[in-house]
Amino acid sequence: MTQQALDLPPYAKGLDMTISGLHEGSPLIAMPFAEKVQGRPGFLHGGAISGLLEMAAVAAIAYALRERGEDARFKQVNVTVDFMRGGTPRISYAVGTITRLGRTMANVQSRAWQDDPAKPMAIATLHYLLKRG
Amino acid sequence: MKPEDRDLSKLPMPDGFDPMLVMRMISQWGHGGHIGMEYVGHGTGWVELAFDWREDLVGDSETGVLASSPIISLLDNATSMSIWTKLNEFRPQVTMDLRVDYLRPSPKGERVYGRGECYHLTNSIGFVRGIAHNGNSDDPLAHVSGTFIRIGDRIA
Repeated sequence: MTQQALDLPPYAKGLDMTISGLHEGSPLIAMPFAEKVQGRPGFLHGGAISGLLEMAAVAAIAYALRERGEDARFKQVNVTVDFMRGGTPRISYAVGTITRLGRTMANVQSRAWQDDPAKPMAIATLHYLLKRG
Repeated sequence: MKPEDRDLSKLPMPDGFDPMLVMRMISQWGHGGHIGMEYVGHGTGWVELAFDWREDLVGDSETGVLASSPIISLLDNATSMSIWTKLNEFRPQVTMDLRVDYLRPSPKGERVYGRGECYHLTNSIGFVRGIAHNGNSDDPLAHVSGTFIRIGDRIA
């Protein structure tokens, strides 16, 4: 995969998110700490963490479809985010794991962390509707 | 504004929790400032906020439809603040979980309103729900539910 091959949405670029290679077979999304992702002083905003998780899910689906040579548009139906640890002023990462990529829907789990992937900051369960061309 | 002045627990609110005052601060900096969140209205146990559509908040460049994430941010803030309007004071808390169902896309150019309500409060947990809409609350674009957990000590 190359960074040119997958383009993140304007929302992600607005928060300086980038694709930082692959992690366990899905695009790894990185988000630097900055004032624009800060909630209470010194901590990430829950919405910015959720955004990182959603972008990881979107990138995981786009990458999986490309790898399979399939073409589909997809729309998010819902998301449940569990927050486990506060986000501190450092870089954050997230990756989406596709549990199932079917004909009409995709089930994705995204995980975000900072220093240690084994210590998640937040985990999201997401459902997407697929519209195949 | 200096970072130490951004602490909500240090904001003087002698007449109880004031979402308008808090949003005046939140809309100036940080993630709330990036999204462009503004105060719309509030009552006991509810708060309504809004932000305007912007190119750099879009999820799909082809259609201009908003990304879902700024809507979570809005609903996170609105539901979080609804707890403090129910208590009529600030109490430190963090988001435990949030679920958002996206009923329909938020179209290009449309302002997004987020209304959060605290429907039950215990000593530790605030149970919240809410909706996002484009100006007509009878035509919601998203539903949210979630919980917030109190941290630290209650501030007198």
